[in-house]
Amino acid sequence: MIREKIEVANKEVVKKILDARPMLVGIGKAIDTIPNMTDKTILHAGPPIEWDRMSGPLKGAIIGGLIYEGLATDQKTATEIAMSGEIRFEPCHHYNAVGPMAGVVTPSMPVWIIENKTYGNYAYCTLNEGLGKVLRYGAYGEEVIDRLKWMEDVLAPVLKEALEKNGYIDLKSMTAQIIQMGDEGHNRNKAGTSLFIREIAPYLVLTDFTDKEKSDVLKFMHGNDHFFLNLSMPACKATMDVVANTEYSTIVTAMARNGTDFGIKVAGTGDKWFVAPAEIIDGLFFSGYSAKDANPDIGDSVITETSGIGGFAMAAAPAIVQFIGGVPQDALNFTMEMYEITESENNSYQIPSLNFRGTPTGIDIMKVVETTILPIINTGIAHKDAGVGQVGAGLVRPPMKCFEDALEEFVKILETEGIIK
Amino acid sequence: MSKINKLFREELKVVNLGLESFHRELREKKVEVVHINWRPCAGGNKRMIELLNKLKK
Repeated sequence: MIREKIEVANKEVVKKILDARPMLVGIGKAIDTIPNMTDKTILHAGPPIEWDRMSGPLKGAIIGGLIYEGLATDQKTATEIAMSGEIRFEPCHHYNAVGPMAGVVTPSMPVWIIENKTYGNYAYCTLNEGLGKVLRYGAYGEEVIDRLKWMEDVLAPVLKEALEKNGYIDLKSMTAQIIQMGDEGHNRNKAGTSLFIREIAPYLVLTDFTDKEKSDVLKFMHGNDHFFLNLSMPACKATMDVVANTEYSTIVTAMARNGTDFGIKVAGTGDKWFVAPAEIIDGLFFSGYSAKDANPDIGDSVITETSGIGGFAMAAAPAIVQFIGGVPQDALNFTMEMYEITESENNSYQIPSLNFRGTPTGIDIMKVVETTILPIINTGIAHKDAGVGQVGAGLVRPPMKCFEDALEEFVKILETEGIIK
Repeated sequence: MSKINKLFREELKVVNLGLESFHRELREKKVEVVHINWRPCAGGNKRMIELLNKLKK
């Protein structure tokens, strides 16, 4: 009976998701830390894509990444290098990594190292730059490159030494707390950032860096409410990687966008991406910008929704509607709707306003296709042109085609194996 | 009197499935009505219904 096999597999997948214990264990340089990273590799968000099909913000971030690495001096020379075939463009997801928005990771960038202590696997993510004119939104001006250099030269070394004095930081426990403090771990990370500062500050002051350097690091984190996002994301990635390639399971293990395509992976269909054109985001725009400036959906940050927080936990973060649009009741409704398409409820991430009900966890492609309810995603909006940056934030859903194609493939695999006719 | 005519002489308690406008109009006429958020399986996509049925055996 295939129905029973699917039920057993999905229960096993959800158990592993709930049992995950992601911990922050250190900071390293991407080329020295991420397995198989080379000096000619640039990682990006979403499913695989060639330069010609890349969106403006992704191209902008790659241009900035090449300038940051000293491989190019300006937009023109960076574009020539990008088009030459000399650089290998690879999805972060293929390297146990995730990247917000454009998600560009170049060899010299510092990355967080997250270990899932339950299963021993690792995930990686760059450090968050802040909002506005930043590389991950496709900006590559002097201020962007200068900030990235400071992050490499000061921010990362100070935090690395502080972490070594602190030992590991339990991100599972921290995420459970932030869900009860008004964050959802994707587009609202005020509590997470505050908790992280509270955790690291006592050790940060004991490092050998100058008082100014320590103060600058604390001020940078304090001034960036999204600082915790780049910890939340790899914690979710370390959680979900464990359940990739689980036979007979219909649970989604990855969702990601590169600004052109939206892609999903499903436990029972192996490493295959199911892609369709990324959607335009419905949201609020910064002063001077409107929907006509917006690039389609972009970034790996939807790994948060994949693992059961982000948009799925919006009932815990009603204040987020001031950033993305709508009213607090909408936030509650979105979470309630997500229970319709998920396998289980999280036993650690509990929502106070729902009598501490666990967040909806484990997206089932069968339920998505049957109900036609698509996952809800909180996200930022990048300008469609390279070099501009963030122009707003809002809500988006994946294309239904990704889920329909995944279901087709899932059935095809079972038919090929003779499990069903 | 037929059962249906008898029914309409009583106070109606309506459960509405499908078009939400039926629910709205009854509510405007002060009829007690509950709207069920129902939609056809897979939005009526026959191919998807076929695939789902194969997996429910």
